[in-house]
Amino acid sequence: MIRFVVASVLVFLLAIPAMAQQASVIKIGGLAPTTGNVATFGIGQRNSYELAVEEVNKAGGLKVGDKFYKLQLIFEDEQNSPEVGATAARKLINQDGVKAILGPTNTKVCFPVGAIAQENKVPMITPTCTNPKVTLVGDFIFRAGFIDTFQGAVGAHFVYKTLGKRRAGVLFDNGNDYTKGLATYFRDAFEKLGGKVVAFESFTDEEKTVDFRPQLISIKAANPDVLYSSDYYGAAALMAKQSKELGLNVPFMGGDGFDSPDLVRIGGQAVEGVHFTNFYSQDDPSPGVRQFIKAYRAKYKDTPDAYAAQGYGAAQILFDAIKRAGKVEGPAIRDALAKTRGLKTVVGVITYDQNRNPTKPAVIIRIKSGQQSFVTSVSPQDLPSTIRP
Amino acid sequence: MLYGAILFSHGDLGVDVNWITDYYLQVLMLAGINIIVTIGLNLINGFTGQFSIGQAGFMAIGAYLTAMLAKLVIPLDTLSLIAQIPAFLGILVIAGAAAGAVGYLIGLPSLRLKGDYLAIVTLAFGEVVRSIIRSSDEIAASLKGWGLSNLAEVIEGIGGPRGFGGFPKFDSLTVGVLSIPILFTLVFVLTGLTVIVTRNIVYSSYGRSCLSVRGNEVAAEVAGVNSTRTKVLAFTFSGFFAGVGGGLFAFVIRFLHPDNFSFLKSIDYLIFLYAGGMGSLSGSIISASSLTVLPEFLRVVGFEQWRLVVYPLLLIALMVWWPSGLMGNREFAFLAAPAKGLPEVLDVTDQEPEHVV
Amino acid sequence: MSVPQGGYWRTLAWAGGLGSVLVLSSWWYIATYGLTVFLQQLINGLQRGSIYALVALGFTMVYGIIELINFAHGDIFMFGAYIAAFVGGALLSQGYWVAFFAALVASMVVTALLGVLIERVAYRPLRYKARFSALTTAMGVSIFLENFFALPPHAVPFPLNYVVFGPNYIRFPDLLNVQYYSYGGIYFTTLHIMDFVLAILLMLLLVYFIHYTLIGKAMRAVAFDKDGAKLMGINVDWTIAATFAIGSGLAAASGLMYGMTYGILASPYFGIFPGLQAFIAAVLGGIGIIPGAVLGGFLMGVSETFATSINSNLGYMISFLILIVVLLFKPAGLLGRWRREKV
Repeated sequence: MIRFVVASVLVFLLAIPAMAQQASVIKIGGLAPTTGNVATFGIGQRNSYELAVEEVNKAGGLKVGDKFYKLQLIFEDEQNSPEVGATAARKLINQDGVKAILGPTNTKVCFPVGAIAQENKVPMITPTCTNPKVTLVGDFIFRAGFIDTFQGAVGAHFVYKTLGKRRAGVLFDNGNDYTKGLATYFRDAFEKLGGKVVAFESFTDEEKTVDFRPQLISIKAANPDVLYSSDYYGAAALMAKQSKELGLNVPFMGGDGFDSPDLVRIGGQAVEGVHFTNFYSQDDPSPGVRQFIKAYRAKYKDTPDAYAAQGYGAAQILFDAIKRAGKVEGPAIRDALAKTRGLKTVVGVITYDQNRNPTKPAVIIRIKSGQQSFVTSVSPQDLPSTIRP
Repeated sequence: MLYGAILFSHGDLGVDVNWITDYYLQVLMLAGINIIVTIGLNLINGFTGQFSIGQAGFMAIGAYLTAMLAKLVIPLDTLSLIAQIPAFLGILVIAGAAAGAVGYLIGLPSLRLKGDYLAIVTLAFGEVVRSIIRSSDEIAASLKGWGLSNLAEVIEGIGGPRGFGGFPKFDSLTVGVLSIPILFTLVFVLTGLTVIVTRNIVYSSYGRSCLSVRGNEVAAEVAGVNSTRTKVLAFTFSGFFAGVGGGLFAFVIRFLHPDNFSFLKSIDYLIFLYAGGMGSLSGSIISASSLTVLPEFLRVVGFEQWRLVVYPLLLIALMVWWPSGLMGNREFAFLAAPAKGLPEVLDVTDQEPEHVV
Repeated sequence: MSVPQGGYWRTLAWAGGLGSVLVLSSWWYIATYGLTVFLQQLINGLQRGSIYALVALGFTMVYGIIELINFAHGDIFMFGAYIAAFVGGALLSQGYWVAFFAALVASMVVTALLGVLIERVAYRPLRYKARFSALTTAMGVSIFLENFFALPPHAVPFPLNYVVFGPNYIRFPDLLNVQYYSYGGIYFTTLHIMDFVLAILLMLLLVYFIHYTLIGKAMRAVAFDKDGAKLMGINVDWTIAATFAIGSGLAAASGLMYGMTYGILASPYFGIFPGLQAFIAAVLGGIGIIPGAVLGGFLMGVSETFATSINSNLGYMISFLILIVVLLFKPAGLLGRWRREKV
């Protein structure tokens, strides 16, 4: 009997940290990679989440039903790693008791975190996971950005029509659902338009690949007139440099992973003239965007990139839904989210379709004199129906 | 006793208490799994004196096989609750046996090598396993090309670098006001079983041949012990236990990724082993459980980043100052030798005589 | 450490076997992908191999003298690269050659100090203990170095926050004006030439050093018999420290070349893979044998490049497969000689 009591006391002591509770606060979980190879994405999104939460709290809190709630952001660094993300998600849900999750940033982390969120009936909005299968994990998973079937088509269309290229060489990371998916969708769309993908090379990012020359040599041997990569800015910059070194001097096109000042910082002259598809442009003149950029600059002394903007947009969508839900409960918030119609956010006007994806346009950005410059905006209607998702 | 206390604090015994959340239950289950794997490692590294650092590979085999079988081949969620338990145990045994079989195959050629090289080969083995898992998509594609599309689908489900999740979960068994978390019970029972089985192995005549190989292999051979067979068998056992641990791990974490089973994981177990004492089962139990639970405490405090800085320092300090570990060769009373008269076992770390100069 | 010996016919048989494997696989590759591609991959493979060879030199030297597999060598290499990046970047304003040589000297000196420190603290106490103790400690040192330098500066108390590198990548500065060349459809740069020349040059320097200088003689003596050397009046502690210093200095030089060749240091973990490749290279060529390290390095670099171009997962796995094959069939390596363990 004594041993039982002693054991219970020991176990009780173990549990002390978990017992602190608070009322009148809504805990929101945030997940983004603030360390690792895409740290600029994560830092931008964490900043946006904090900014959004701070703005709501300064205005007196979020009005749900007839009560005002303060928001508390509990943020975890998922390090762009599926298992760290999974563990962090479990901690946020089971340990911290968050009511909703903002994030993760990248598709490969979205899958396991989505599965956990769905199982625990915690709504999750990812600002930038673009693989179509992410929202299919369950009805508690939403996103704030476009999907890659659309993004790949936009890229293919731009390369085919505007750049006039017909032979594409593609290079991507085969260990990452996002890069693999986007590269595949690009290829499908490009071929439907009549182009030919002459090389479809991949690498394994197992040891943080910095040398793409073996694959680039194979690509070069196939004689492409354009190079497309679905990868992230660090790898892309190196690809650009190494292509030049190998004498592969063709235009380079990419996806939203290229969006980072480090693309130019690492790539230097080699990334001049590179194009990529993205969620938004810093030159967007609409008042919501300009106000956001101003607030972000004031607090963080830096211009927000597309990832940060998407993060802020996701927060806007979430807070609006919590308000409409009337109560702070997972299923109620989820239903309110699904009913989002015509909500104006910094990332566009959001209306969710039956797969919980918003219909929003993409932009094409070009690197000119080391800066991002807006080229054009593309909506789903602008694409020929053969490749429209 | 301990089992009851934990269940009570989790709110399962009718009293509505949430002292231990699901999160902590998970930590305790991980502790159990770590005990199982560490004890398996103790068998080959501690009692037989070899140097294997490939447990992560065996765990991976066990984990992925268990998950594959439970999800794709014999979908557990289609069985009734009562049938699930024996089915799961059956799957675990199969997965463990497979891991053990691989251990046997690897052990045969490798155990000819001396210390350092064996370590490297086991390390390489772990990495090759990981690489194969990562290439599962390509393997599935080739299989489809050869017309084996059913098998290909199963392999594609592994997901490679995307990770493998969504396999069945055990609900709690509700009996009146008691709700027993099944998985936790299973882990608890299996951990106990492992300890008992290993203790019996160690104190059998096979166990003594292991110890003799550890002391001096050539002398053991002269005395009639087939050292190769002894070593390979120990390797197989440790593979089996690691495989079972891996299978349980799969169901506790509910998400598998090749990076979970890297070289770093093998090092973790090495640390547990050295801290507890090579050749002491009780030591392994203590070190594996405390070193699993402790970081969770510190995680709450925000210590996570420093774990990988402090742990290796701990390992270095252990090797330099305290190589015999917490318990050295000693055991708790309930695990100690059944009879007197067993020979004194040499401390493993001094294999060369002290130098005179 | 010794020059290659052994039965004349046996060596010939091995050379023949290996040679035919290489010739056959090259022939297949050329037939499938074309001669230009083959040559281009070969050039790049040799470049990668030169880096591995440089790292393997320091590694094999340490093993040859004290029979320790220094797991932390890859991380010492990483450390050297970072120091070179910082020093070189800071002095870039003074001109290319100044920056380059300053980075080279500074990183070699600082890294050598680190190597000596590690030896003193972690390896020396275990010198007479069982082999696996030192091996385990080496693994511990490796993991510690990686994770310590990966700590983000804001999470580290003063004064350490100036020492850590942080977990994110840094761009390695261009310390030389790199020229691009092309010849017959094959493209290469100044760095290709430099890496290769440096690998050969340092190997020759090292061989000369070991065989024709006094310290080299002391090192060979310690390698042969530690106690005997002590009896001869050689200060074993200092000799071993000097070995580590030189080995670490070499690692730093290779770190500098790596940084220049690839332009980016991905994170403090980037040393793991090259360190592993260097280890396998050293084993392949014959551990403890200096020309073996360089030969092994080139072979590893070339095989990895070709394997990657066929399938990237194969590229990663091939190193381990080579290692397993070597250890199971010819543990002494290509240029080495297996010494039977005496009773």
